[in-house]
Amino acid sequence: MIKIKPEIPQIKLSAWRSFLLLSLLVLGLVSLAGRAAYLQGMHHDFLQQKGELRYSRVVEMNADRGMITDRNGQILAISSPIASVYADPKVVKITLEQLKQLAGLLETSMVEIDDRIKRENSRFVYLKRQVVPDTAEKIMKLKIPGIFLSSESKRYYPESEFAAHVLGFTDINDEGQEGVERGWQESLAGELGSRRVIKDNKGRIIEDIENIRTPKQGQDLVLSIDRRIQYRAHVELKDAVKINKAKAGSVVVLDAQTGEILALTNLPAYNPNRRSTINNERIRNRALIDTFEPGSTLKPFTVAIAMEVGKVNADTVMQTSPGTLQVGRKTIRDVSNKGELTVAQVIQQSSNVGTAKIALSLESQTMWEMFNRSGFGMLTNSGFPGEASGILRPYNKWRTIEQATMSYGHGISTSLMQLARAYTIFASGGELKPISLLKQTMPVMGQRVISRHTALAMSRMLEMATKPGGTAPLAQISGYRVAGKTGTAHKLIDGQYANKCYISTFVGYAPASNPRLIIAVMIDEPSAGKYFGGAVAAPVFNKVMSGALRIMNIPPDAPANNVVTFTATPEMDEEG
Amino acid sequence: MFKLNIFFIFVLIACALGIVTSQHTARKLFMELENEKGIERKLEVEWGRLQLEQSTLIMHGRIEQIAKENLNMTAPAASSIQIVSISNAEDRLNPKGIEP
Repeated sequence: MIKIKPEIPQIKLSAWRSFLLLSLLVLGLVSLAGRAAYLQGMHHDFLQQKGELRYSRVVEMNADRGMITDRNGQILAISSPIASVYADPKVVKITLEQLKQLAGLLETSMVEIDDRIKRENSRFVYLKRQVVPDTAEKIMKLKIPGIFLSSESKRYYPESEFAAHVLGFTDINDEGQEGVERGWQESLAGELGSRRVIKDNKGRIIEDIENIRTPKQGQDLVLSIDRRIQYRAHVELKDAVKINKAKAGSVVVLDAQTGEILALTNLPAYNPNRRSTINNERIRNRALIDTFEPGSTLKPFTVAIAMEVGKVNADTVMQTSPGTLQVGRKTIRDVSNKGELTVAQVIQQSSNVGTAKIALSLESQTMWEMFNRSGFGMLTNSGFPGEASGILRPYNKWRTIEQATMSYGHGISTSLMQLARAYTIFASGGELKPISLLKQTMPVMGQRVISRHTALAMSRMLEMATKPGGTAPLAQISGYRVAGKTGTAHKLIDGQYANKCYISTFVGYAPASNPRLIIAVMIDEPSAGKYFGGAVAAPVFNKVMSGALRIMNIPPDAPANNVVTFTATPEMDEEG
Repeated sequence: MFKLNIFFIFVLIACALGIVTSQHTARKLFMELENEKGIERKLEVEWGRLQLEQSTLIMHGRIEQIAKENLNMTAPAASSIQIVSISNAEDRLNPKGIEP
């Protein structure tokens, strides 16, 4: 082979080609720099945000509904987290065996569950709301894809039916429906918050970026209720309603010095922990939203104003003979001809004729003002939803007969709460105290209605009602002086006085020397034979009061052997 | 001048590494904080549950029933209660009237 030395060709390149290459490279560099500057400078925010989206998440922050406690800090309502089971029908994969187990745990039928998880067009369906934590755990152990738990809170009421009407209840979405839960919904309810955080690849939160909304924790509420007195009141009321075969009943216990509601209970009642026991009849907080004609329990107000304006004093003698009083075409009756009575005896024996005579000596305006300033016909502003104001008609529309009947509590309507509040006048030396469902920390200012002198005189008369010759022997409490007034009224049904339907009431306070507690009892349609307030309502008063006095450690103001047995003066006959 | 620049570059690198480590520690600590918060929340829930349990156990009705049925207790009648007024009690404790 001949080796030929290759000749390297000398190629002349024109200068423009290298120049072109260079300029292309420079152009590329410039455009890259330009793009970088563009992204970095002008599109910065947008890109930053896109980037953050990859690792930042918005998480919800829990807020619990506030607790409700009684005046001693004991729990009446509390929220506890609970799980709800839901499914995503698009993801669910379930075997027959799992379905069987799930149905067993949820206590529903397999068909029902199967039906729900086959809703193709939905991505969220509740299988069961509010399951107990144990069950929830077991469900999670089944590890069925597409079935999840969501955390909710459920409200518990440890007192169950004993404080049902005060507290009310919340619905499944944690919104107050009745009672305190509804009246104080705004402050009790918490507001969910949310914040943006950075999560790592394992889903752990590693950094807080910003607070989107701070959660608002629900505020705890301290009620004026005393759990022990509330219990006592409910138990005794239940007994009385059963014994007297009554349709309904209410008890209100007030602190005579501060106007705080220590107990408030009604029958029929329901258990707020069990939705199935709730119906319209049971839900009614009768003591606040139902009104009735108070009957004789109103007499002290008529007599007090007459004493206040100087028409009568405790010893003024009234002629009630012959036991009837003709006003226009109507006749006002007493049970019997009681002859001459002092004003004190008119209250003690609950004489309609005597009270009507006293009332007719008054200007209608004076009487109206007394009733009005005692809070009749006006809301009590307890904060409770749906409270009734009762009816007190304007005085310029009163006829003479109406003025007469109103003096003993007919032709005027009031709620039991209003009645109890009005008695703070006699218990506190002449001042009407504002009532409250929340615990008061400051001394409460009342509104003066009558002078201290008149109030004390009336208090003595009310004490006589529980002594021999009075209408309420059963209200006497061993070791304490008790003042109070019975009431028995025909029930108004559709504007007519029903013949054999009565409302029996008793309002009283103790210890009479320095009143601490006011208790008002109302029994609706007692139908076991007895219907006088002194026979039906007074025993409830007695039991609740003696229990409450012991619970509150109130020292006795009378010797232990102060209870006298005597027959009650009947307060009304069939005519009312 | 060149040496100084090199020096600054090293300082810069050190600072940058410092930032990274401190960021890392911050995140670690934050994670711990989150953990603790989770525990706090769990304890709160537990506390609520215990409160509820306590509340159910000290229901007046339950106590009354146990006192009556299991322990045979009754509320004393007013006649069997002796009221001791505070001034009398003090007299008895200090018969000579000496201030305590």
